[in-house]
Amino acid sequence: MTNKILFKYIDHPDQDKIATYIENGGYLALRKALKEFKPEELVELIKKSGLRGRGGAGFPTGLKWSFLPKNMNKPIYLIINADESEPGTFKDRQLMEYNPHQLLEGTIIAAYAIKCHLVFIYIRGEFAYCAQQISRAIQEASSHGFVGKNILGSGFDLDIHIYRGGGAYICGEETSLMESIEGRRALSRQKPPFPAIEGLWACPTIINNVETISNIPHIINNGAEWFASIGMAKSVGTKIYCLSGHVKRPGNYELPMGVSLRELIYEYGGGIIDDYALKAVIPGGSSVPILRADEIDVKMDFESLAEKGSMLGSAGVIVMHDGTCMVAALQKLVKFYEHESCGKCSPCREGTNWMNKILKRMLAGEGRPEDVDLLYDVASNIIGNTVCPLGDAAAMPVMSFIRKFRDEFDNICGGGKPYGTISFPFR
Amino acid sequence: MYLSEQTRQKIMELRDRYPARLAAVLPVLHLVYDEFGYLGTDQLDEAADALGISRLDMNETASFYTLFPKHKVGKYLIQVCDNISCALRGADNLVSYLESKLGIKVGGTTPDGLFTLWTVECLGSCGTAPMMQVNDKYYERLTREKVDKLLEAWRNSK
Ligand SMILES: Cc1cc2nc3c(=O)[nH]c(=O)nc-3n(C[C@H](O)[C@H](O)[C@H](O)COP(=O)(O)O)c2cc1C
Repeated sequence: MTNKILFKYIDHPDQDKIATYIENGGYLALRKALKEFKPEELVELIKKSGLRGRGGAGFPTGLKWSFLPKNMNKPIYLIINADESEPGTFKDRQLMEYNPHQLLEGTIIAAYAIKCHLVFIYIRGEFAYCAQQISRAIQEASSHGFVGKNILGSGFDLDIHIYRGGGAYICGEETSLMESIEGRRALSRQKPPFPAIEGLWACPTIINNVETISNIPHIINNGAEWFASIGMAKSVGTKIYCLSGHVKRPGNYELPMGVSLRELIYEYGGGIIDDYALKAVIPGGSSVPILRADEIDVKMDFESLAEKGSMLGSAGVIVMHDGTCMVAALQKLVKFYEHESCGKCSPCREGTNWMNKILKRMLAGEGRPEDVDLLYDVASNIIGNTVCPLGDAAAMPVMSFIRKFRDEFDNICGGGKPYGTISFPFR
Repeated sequence: MYLSEQTRQKIMELRDRYPARLAAVLPVLHLVYDEFGYLGTDQLDEAADALGISRLDMNETASFYTLFPKHKVGKYLIQVCDNISCALRGADNLVSYLESKLGIKVGGTTPDGLFTLWTVECLGSCGTAPMMQVNDKYYERLTREKVDKLLEAWRNSK
């Protein structure tokens, strides 16, 4: 087993309490950051560590922070993106439930680094327990003088608001998230301007994912070189891989960036359930292109998956065995995007609806042979034609499923029986 | 008057909590939902007045979010995730099982007003599928046996 960083104390029952967290070395990084570093030096340190965003896009965190305008007389905001709603992804939830102080400590350090005095932690509405955990953690931290006025005598002030979402996947997209906090319907905004220049209430704003920020205290404690030495050359650190679907041991696995997908499924996940054979894997959450069983000798990092034509995304690894009907599986994904499209851009709003209609027709045995090309065509007219990447996220699975499993689509549309099912036993 | 004095008070406290008043809308929706279990137009109008924003702004934002039922639902709102990871673990048959146990279809409420059954999109519980959310709580790694026990406990809690 490798060394865990974020999940190091996962089996420790009271890690969510501040006393235990401190006993295990918690809030030392905050003391060190406030005492030994100027904000600019922290930005440099995070740049040097090679930390990249864990929310899906893998953007270098330090670089993002350095985009903030200097010497501006507007407030700077930090938003922690805890909206986790990408099907197949469930890591941020566990990070918040088991170790809220790790996130909080990272948040306070990040705020200090970017000279922000007001943070919003945007937690998806359904995660009531996460909100409770974080809320309690903030209270505990305040009573220890880690949040509030003049933190640890440094002169640095910080307030943190927990902001609970309303059940909309689109709010995970950073510009929609800001619309949501501003109290409007969460329709995405055109970029540029990027949030670092013009974000919340047109003020400079940094948005970072829960897992990204949870790494910060460890980088302060152990150094940028240490972090950069873990994993691959360009994808560094560990990653929490969310394993779900037809594996024997589903769950979150924290492993160095670049672990092999085969190892993840067969060693950590214990292989495929009920003695089936593997058919396909979605390696990075519902939005990324699917891989066939013969494509799993790939390292799980940003670059390696891109080389294979897919993406690391949110690292939600969804495993399907050979009893699965790919047409039915795709329909599950497409109905999600139809439901979650915010409605702003016509290609996404109308296109996801058409795609779902075509897929339902196929599954009802009423597909026409030309429907396969039609479906692909609709998807290719969404991709690249929307304000935010939700459109791409809806189109990519459709195009990749058809490219990799075309025969299943043709078969169903030619009146053949499906090669499998999506209606698995509930016992 | 629909809102309780307590909720009204909490709403007033949110007026100047954020850099802009409208930012309190979503937190207010949560408050109304916590009190009533759904968002009714009358409650929303009152909440808008208490917050000091236009009723239109309140309703426009409220209608965007699917977390909150817009009409009264059963005492136990059962929401089953039927997205991909849960489906691979039997979610569709969990739904059928619940339909037959409750004698209602998805979208329906039992005549005694105890249960409402919905299917919803991914709830971030994919590694512990199949699962359901009942009111504010998650129930994971479900089996028939677990579901039976839960339903019985809720029926007895009447
Ligand atoms: C449709 C859509 C949904 C998203 N959902 C999330 C999410 O739930 N959590 C998250 O951290 N990032 C999500 N993102 C990515 C964010 O827009 C943003 O890139 C990220 O929060 C930046 O943080 P990071 O640099 O630390 O990864 C989503 C993006 C899109 C297009």
